[in-house]
Amino acid sequence: MLTTEIVVIGGGPAGMNSALAAASQGAEVTLLDRNWELGGQLVKQTHKFFGSENQFAGERGIDIAEILSERVHDNSRITVRKNSSVLGIYHDGVLTFEQDDKYKKLTSRQTVVATGAAEKFLSFTNNDLPGVYGAGAVQTLMNQQGVLPGKNVLIIGAGNIGLIVAYQLLQAGVSVEAIIEALPEIGGYEVHRDKIKRMGVPILTSHSIKKAYGEERVEGAIIGEIDSSWSFIDGTKKDFKADVICLAVGLSPLIDLLHPLGLEISYVPNLGGLAPKRDEYLETTISGYFVAGDCAGVEEASSAMMEGNIAGLSAANSIGYKKSFQEKFRNNRDELRKLREGETAKEVRAGLGEVRL
Amino acid sequence: MTEEKTEIERSLTDDLLPSVERRKEGPYALCECHQRIPCNPCLTSCPTGAVSLDSINDTPEVDFDKCAGCKQCVSACPGLACFVIDETYSTDSALVTIPYEFLPLPEEGETVNGLDRKGNFVKEVTVKNIDSFSDNGKTKVITVIVPQEAVHQIRNIEIREENHG
Ligand SMILES: Cc1cc2nc3c(=O)[nH]c(=O)nc-3n(C[C@H](O)[C@H](O)[C@H](O)COP(=O)(O)OP(=O)(O)OC[C@H]3O[C@@H](n4cnc5c(N)ncnc54)[C@H](O)[C@@H]3O)c2cc1C
Ligand code: SF4
Ligand code: SF4
Repeated sequence: MLTTEIVVIGGGPAGMNSALAAASQGAEVTLLDRNWELGGQLVKQTHKFFGSENQFAGERGIDIAEILSERVHDNSRITVRKNSSVLGIYHDGVLTFEQDDKYKKLTSRQTVVATGAAEKFLSFTNNDLPGVYGAGAVQTLMNQQGVLPGKNVLIIGAGNIGLIVAYQLLQAGVSVEAIIEALPEIGGYEVHRDKIKRMGVPILTSHSIKKAYGEERVEGAIIGEIDSSWSFIDGTKKDFKADVICLAVGLSPLIDLLHPLGLEISYVPNLGGLAPKRDEYLETTISGYFVAGDCAGVEEASSAMMEGNIAGLSAANSIGYKKSFQEKFRNNRDELRKLREGETAKEVRAGLGEVRL
Repeated sequence: MTEEKTEIERSLTDDLLPSVERRKEGPYALCECHQRIPCNPCLTSCPTGAVSLDSINDTPEVDFDKCAGCKQCVSACPGLACFVIDETYSTDSALVTIPYEFLPLPEEGETVNGLDRKGNFVKEVTVKNIDSFSDNGKTKVITVIVPQEAVHQIRNIEIREENHG
């Protein structure tokens, strides 16, 4: 049985910052991630990020991942275990994980869950044809492994993810036929929209996909305009030739690991789905279990980093590492509030109201 | 080119542009960023303190008296929304500086297609120079020579295939 003071599950921006914050207070930390490299979503983001200097604004996601993971690896209080999938957390506090095909157990005094979010899927006819991808898979292929997903892509969803993946596809030389969005307005930032528009990509709002077609794989899609009750409007059918349909229809928090412990959750569409209830220190209803980042409610890397700091500091504080805790906590909390002040964070603010203890 | 003006183009002519006198004095930056998002590299990158943005979610405002047209913000803005305009280049032509993140890069002196905010072809334009600043130079900052009348229209370029077989 392995032991550690604080275990952090997930090595994205939230998890890496949790580990760094807890270690900076003096705690011994073990950081587990199922991937072969740290960074979570950041390792696929080749574009420059928003936020302020404290969240590396203007740096590219891939570069932020590198900066943070270097800090984590250089920290002697943090043990990093990559290729380590956490399988379960039991009532007696034992955590099990698989690392390089070996089953291992670990106990800890505090746990921070920073497992990120899972992509949502969309139901339409023939959505199981090869060529229908989630945006995450397109990014993994293209940006991590250097493989083009196809030649002509139709993107479903004009939130930030759909817009950014469209831009990355264009950079890779792939043609983006259109981005379609069911809502009457695009959900992503206007600046992301504008840079796609400048490339001549049509963005069709109030449109949805009816079906994909193709013999062996995707050859095209039938889309149409929808009304306010999401029904297709007669006579608006359009046929788009495409060999890839890329779904960017949202994410939902990934906290399955905590369900068996019986934590209180709430269905909050504004946070992406089932979200854990937590206090301002990000401790859930199970004492000693903290959440941070997208698994606590789908947001941004900038807020994930600030939440990671809070969860790491708080977990360390609970086991006696109290160095200027209140001051550090307040600084991070205030900065997080500032990030969430804008109109684009309106839904997040409303959602957080429903899960705060 | 006869298409209806976009919201930005309409508002630009009204209140977002510097005064006529300032426009005749030299280059100035335009931050085409009109939505409140949590972001501020335009402010932190500006060496003259020309950009103000009270809280991180505010939209940026450029003080045209302080702006030196140095192009730093064009390179730093993650939204690729900052441009530098120089209407004093010559009687017929002006300069538009845009951020560019595509390969292959054009060469200085090369003819490229000038595109508007919707990606429509406006006019052939000439690349004057290509700079890189922060970010290990990954975002190139390209200045093109455009006809005076297209200075508030051209916001993107496209390589012409015949130049890059
Ligand atoms: C296309 C796209 C563009 C984006 N652009 C921006 C942007 O411009 N600015 C911005 O601020 N944000 C952006 N984001 C959002 C940002 O990437 C996420 O909000 C952020 O990465 C969330 O961080 P996280 O640490 O909570 O989760 P993730 O980054 O998702 O990390 C979670 C980690 O947990 C690991 N994990 C999950 N389950 C287990 C398990 N059982 N065992 C072990 N490890 C596990 C995963 O391998 C992963 O490494 C973008 C996201 C996408 C998809
Ligand atoms: S062009 Fe230079 S001086 Fe003008 S706003 Fe941009 S960074 Fe500041
Ligand atoms: S850096 Fe760009 S996207 Fe960010 S606030 Fe400034 S102009 Fe807007």
